[in-house]
Amino acid sequence: MLKAENKIFKNLYNNYGWEIDKALNRDDWKNTNELLSKGKEWIINEIKTSELRGRGGAGFSTAMKWSFIPKKQGSRPHYLVINADESEPGTCKDRDILRFEPQKLIEGCLIAGYAVGAHVCYVYIRGEYFFEGQRLQEAINQAYDKKFLGKNACGSGWDFDIHIHYGAGAYICGEETALLESIEGNKGQPRLKPPFPALVGLYGCPTIVNNVETIAVVPTILRRGGKWFASMGRPKNTGTKIFCISGNVNNPCNVEEEMGVPLKELINKHAGGVVGGWDNLQAVIPGGSSMPLLPKKVCETINMDFDSLIENKSGLGTAGIVVINKDQDIVSCMARIARFYKHESCGQCTPCREGSGWMWRILNRATKGETTLSDINLLEDVTKQIEGHTICAFGEGSAWPVQGLLRHFRKEVDKKCSNDPLIKKKKDLPYLIDQHLLEKKNA
Amino acid sequence: MSLKKVSANQPKNFEFNSNTKKIALEILKKYPEKNKKSAVMPFLYLAQNQNNNWIPLAAIKYISKFLSMPYISVYEVATFYSMFNLSPVGKYFIQVCTTTPCLIRGADKIVKVCKNKISEKENQISKNGECSWTEVECLGACVNAPMMQINNDYYEDLDEKSVSKIIDSIFKNKILNSGSYRGRKNTAPENRIKNDGIDYA
Repeated sequence: MLKAENKIFKNLYNNYGWEIDKALNRDDWKNTNELLSKGKEWIINEIKTSELRGRGGAGFSTAMKWSFIPKKQGSRPHYLVINADESEPGTCKDRDILRFEPQKLIEGCLIAGYAVGAHVCYVYIRGEYFFEGQRLQEAINQAYDKKFLGKNACGSGWDFDIHIHYGAGAYICGEETALLESIEGNKGQPRLKPPFPALVGLYGCPTIVNNVETIAVVPTILRRGGKWFASMGRPKNTGTKIFCISGNVNNPCNVEEEMGVPLKELINKHAGGVVGGWDNLQAVIPGGSSMPLLPKKVCETINMDFDSLIENKSGLGTAGIVVINKDQDIVSCMARIARFYKHESCGQCTPCREGSGWMWRILNRATKGETTLSDINLLEDVTKQIEGHTICAFGEGSAWPVQGLLRHFRKEVDKKCSNDPLIKKKKDLPYLIDQHLLEKKNA
Repeated sequence: MSLKKVSANQPKNFEFNSNTKKIALEILKKYPEKNKKSAVMPFLYLAQNQNNNWIPLAAIKYISKFLSMPYISVYEVATFYSMFNLSPVGKYFIQVCTTTPCLIRGADKIVKVCKNKISEKENQISKNGECSWTEVECLGACVNAPMMQINNDYYEDLDEKSVSKIIDSIFKNKILNSGSYRGRKNTAPENRIKNDGIDYA
């Protein structure tokens, strides 16, 4: 259980007010100038000691990412881009940071911008978060008024500006290179990597892209020391994390907890337990819809951190926990997720564009009980065809949940396939291309 | 990648009015001078706001000239992103989130209410011309599921009754306030458990 004094986001529910003077009471902007005067290397080192891993889903080491940027600025300017395009189903943590702790984010932007040599920062907010964006703009204006931003920001001698760029409802723009394309005014289709954005990013210049939560915890880490942050959780999985618990729980909520907290504790203590009791639990999606689901047996004992979830063939992702109880039809739940991925595929790589549709159609038929056993083998094959054959991680994100379903709930899926094979029924189904071969006349 | 229908009835001309133009010039300052193109998405939003929440083809042409971009690149952007409406929508545009976290808390019931009260099909404007509805993918308020967005406002923690109430209020042209409809505070757990004097929330 995370102690109250170790919480970073004290205003997660807006109990104390988001305005800058209230935020100053919570120690935001307390000694920023002093922190900046210790130099870039000290900042990056301190983040390295803290073992902070990116909170956006991939869990890449933040200090390592920052160290990829060229040490000295050449002819091209450096950019810092904040990814606030939070669209992963099950995740709504960044929204609360934007609404209620905007100063933490803004201060983090200044520090991170200074550490990577960027004078300009773009915050890419998803278009649906209209009021969250307005709130952030207000907070930015308040920071300008106090001279925390702009020329000679916070008295550090470093010029720093923050601009907001709204997205327009494309999930794929949460992928860092698609996000950069979107800021540049193109369709949000991911770029090939390498070159990585740290060398060739926004407008072809070195760019660091970080998640909102990652940047928002930076000032507190520097103020209280990397060692303090590393003392929570276990090695390589340190610090605190905002968990979003949704689905069939009695009190769905966002909560900040220590990394590595047991899943059962999160659900029972914070979210008021599963609807219908713990025994009614069917499965849990642990890290936003892209991560394979966990069956009840694993949920009993699992700790919520990056590595222990990987050991169980899942992932922490964005820590959006979706609880599914036994009242739900697990196949239709996953079919809906497959529909999400079909809708959001950017259409650039064929395996993902076509495969996401295949997965959705097969699962959709499965929910109606119109599939045969060979369809399910086909489904498994399709997921393997997508995984690893696309430019960005969207391919994995769409294939993994279906693989998770087949791995843990094969029995439930097979039950849906009790129908006779289509071949006997001669059902006129448009997706069966070889329909004409079934007709005896044509045979 | 979503399929989009471009409206058959298109106005011939479109121009930013003086107020929008002022905002547009402000926006251009955000981006480096040689990267004017970056302003295409904010400009499409401006056009949409000025033109009753949808973007006519004339506006796409106007923006492409404004930013010296090929027409097709602006068209590409306008069709790629789902929040740009290329055909008219109701004055109150209801977007119901139906992705899994909302679905398992009863988003399908909300869809039913919308079908009964507004129109049988998505994107059809209701009889009195006030509103239209559509299903959308995750809106990022999963902890407050089920939820829907009306224009820019989030309506959270809904059920059939509250949705009917909200839609009725739209028909009376006096829309209810946004926020949680179960009276909870933001994303805090509703019935906090207090053990050993520790406030978990």
